[in-house]
Amino acid sequence: MRNKQTKKLTIKAFRFNKEQDYNAYYDTFEMEVSQDELVLDVMNRIKWEHDGSFSYRRSCRHGICGSCAIKVNGKATLACKDNVFELVELFGEELTFDPQDERKAFKDMVIDKSEFWKKYDSVQPYLVADIEEHPSLENIVSAQDAEKLDEADYCIQCGACYYSCPAVAVNPKFTGPAALVKAWRFNADVRDNAAEERLETLQDLGSGIWDCVKCFECAEACPKELDPIGKITKLHTQTFEKGLARNNVAVKHAVGFKWSIQKHGILDEGELVRYSEGNIGVMKHIPEAIAMFKKGKIVMPWNMPKSKNLDEIKKLVEITSTAKF
Amino acid sequence: MEKLKYALYTGCTARESTPELLQSTMAIAEKLGIELVLLDEASCCGASHLQDFDDMLSLVLNARNLCYAEKLGLTMVTICNTCQLNTSMTKDRLDNDPELKAKVNEKLAEVGLEYKGTSEVKHFLYALQDDFGYDNIAKAVTKPITDINVASFYGCHNIRPGHLQHKSNGGESSYKPVSLDNLVVALGGNAIDYESKNKCCGFHVELQNPSTANQLSGIAMTDAIDNDADMMVTPCPLCHLRMDVQQHNIAKEVGRDVTMPVLHLPQLVGLALGIAPNDLGLQHNVSKQSYL
Repeated sequence: MRNKQTKKLTIKAFRFNKEQDYNAYYDTFEMEVSQDELVLDVMNRIKWEHDGSFSYRRSCRHGICGSCAIKVNGKATLACKDNVFELVELFGEELTFDPQDERKAFKDMVIDKSEFWKKYDSVQPYLVADIEEHPSLENIVSAQDAEKLDEADYCIQCGACYYSCPAVAVNPKFTGPAALVKAWRFNADVRDNAAEERLETLQDLGSGIWDCVKCFECAEACPKELDPIGKITKLHTQTFEKGLARNNVAVKHAVGFKWSIQKHGILDEGELVRYSEGNIGVMKHIPEAIAMFKKGKIVMPWNMPKSKNLDEIKKLVEITSTAKF
Repeated sequence: MEKLKYALYTGCTARESTPELLQSTMAIAEKLGIELVLLDEASCCGASHLQDFDDMLSLVLNARNLCYAEKLGLTMVTICNTCQLNTSMTKDRLDNDPELKAKVNEKLAEVGLEYKGTSEVKHFLYALQDDFGYDNIAKAVTKPITDINVASFYGCHNIRPGHLQHKSNGGESSYKPVSLDNLVVALGGNAIDYESKNKCCGFHVELQNPSTANQLSGIAMTDAIDNDADMMVTPCPLCHLRMDVQQHNIAKEVGRDVTMPVLHLPQLVGLALGIAPNDLGLQHNVSKQSYL
C-alpha cells in the first residue's frame, strides 16, 4: 500500500441558520486531510467529528444528483467530485467553504434554489411533441441528430453555472446559463416542436439570451464541462436562423459587426453604436463621446482607418455570410 | 537573448478609441528590443458578438487574420483580451476539426489564402511573462513604481475558458491569476489583493443593459478602492473603455465615487521603463492621472 500523504488544513465554514441567526459567521476547523479526500468527505467529517449541526445537501456521491455544489474560496465546486489537495494547490492550506449564494442561505451550505427552478421551468424544460402513447416501433433519434444536443442533456442542475454568473448576481431577471442550456437541450431535439416558443420568450431584453455578459464563468464552473455559454451562442444563431430576431439594440449590435467589417475591415466603433442604438438612442452616449473626443479617442468618419487588402474581406463576407436579419 | 519578433494583431480599439494602447505597446516593445510587425491586413475579430449572428463568417475572418501571421512565420500577439479569445477559439476549433478547417479553407482559397495552423497566438502580457521574462523587465526598470498600490484587473477573455487559454497563458488559473500581479511587482509596485481581479467588467452588455455593465464595473472598482488601490491596470482595452471612460456612469449606478487612474498594461510598464507619459499616450486617458 502506498503511503498516504496528509496535510493539516484550516477550513473556514460559512454558518447561518435563517431561523435563529441575524448575521452569518464563520466557524474554523483544523483538520488533517489526506490526498484522496474530496470536499464532500471533509464536509462529512465536519458534521460527524466536529459539529453535528453543520448542514449541506448531499445524495448520490457520484456527480450525478447535483446536490452538493458549494463554493470553495469563491470557486464553484461539486463537493463529491473535487479533490481537496487540488484546491489546496490553488488556494493554499486555508480553505473557505461558502454556499453557492450567501444571500440565499437557509442553513449553512443549504440554499433556497426556488428562483433557479422558477427560471428553469420558464423555458419549458421538457419535450413538446406529438408522440404516440403506444407506438408500434421505437422513436429512434439517430446518433447524428443526438449530437446536435452537444451534451446539453448531461446537465445535472447543480447550479454551479447559475450561481457563478455575474449577470444573474446583479440582474435577478436574467434567465441565467442553466435554464438556457436546458432550452438548447430541447431546441436541438429533432422530436421537439416548441423551439420557436422557447426562443420567443428568450428575446426580451433584461431577461433573455441577450443579457449574457460573455465572461465564461459558466464554462469554468460547470462540473460536467458542458460549456453553457456555447449553448447560449447556439440559441443566438438559432434565433436568426428561425427569423425570430427582434429589431432591438442587442440584435443590431451583433448584426452591425458584419456591416462594419464589410465596409472597413476593422470596426467603425462610432457607426456601430449609431447603427445599434438608432439615431435617437445614440444621443444618450453624447456625454461620453464628448469626453472621449476631448482626449482624442474618437476617429472622425473621414479618417476612419481601413484594413489592407479590404477587397479580400469584402469578398469573404459576400461568399461566406448566410445569416439573415 | 535572441531578439523576440511577433506579428501584432492590434484589434480595432487600439486604432480608434484607445490609441494610447497601440502607442504604449510600440513604445515599450522598442525599449525592450522586441520587434512587432503590424498586421495591417487584419479585420475585426467580431468582438464575441459576430458569431452570435454568423458563426461561419466569424471563423473565416479570424482564420484569415491568422493566415497573415502564418505568412510571416511569426507568432501572433494580441493586445486585446477579446481579440485573443476569438482568435484562439477559432484556431482551436479549426486545428481540432479537419472538416471545419476544410470548409473554412474553401472560402479562403477564393482570395488565395490557406489557413494551416502554423502560427501560435498569445496575448502580449504572456509574451512578456513567458518569452521575455519578468526578470529581464525588472532589469530594464529605471523608474520603479515604488509606493504605488496597483489593482490588477485581468479581464475575462485572457483567463477563461481555462482549457483554451492555458495553451497560451502559461496555465494561469482563472480563479487565482497571478501574471499581472507579478508584473506589477517586477516594476517595483505593490500588487494589491482583491476578490474582483478576475471578474467581468460588463463591457459586452454595455449597450443593451448599461445597469448590469455599470454594476459589474462598480463592484470591481469599489473592491479595488476598498483594498487601498491607488490605480488599476488592465491588459484589455475593452475593460479599459469601461473603467477609464465610464467612471461617471459607474459612480451614478453604485452611488459611490470611483475616481481612480486606470492604465493599460503597456502604459504602466512604460512608466517604469522611464518612457515619457506623452509617449505612452497618457494624454488620451479619460480618468484623472493624479499620481503622475
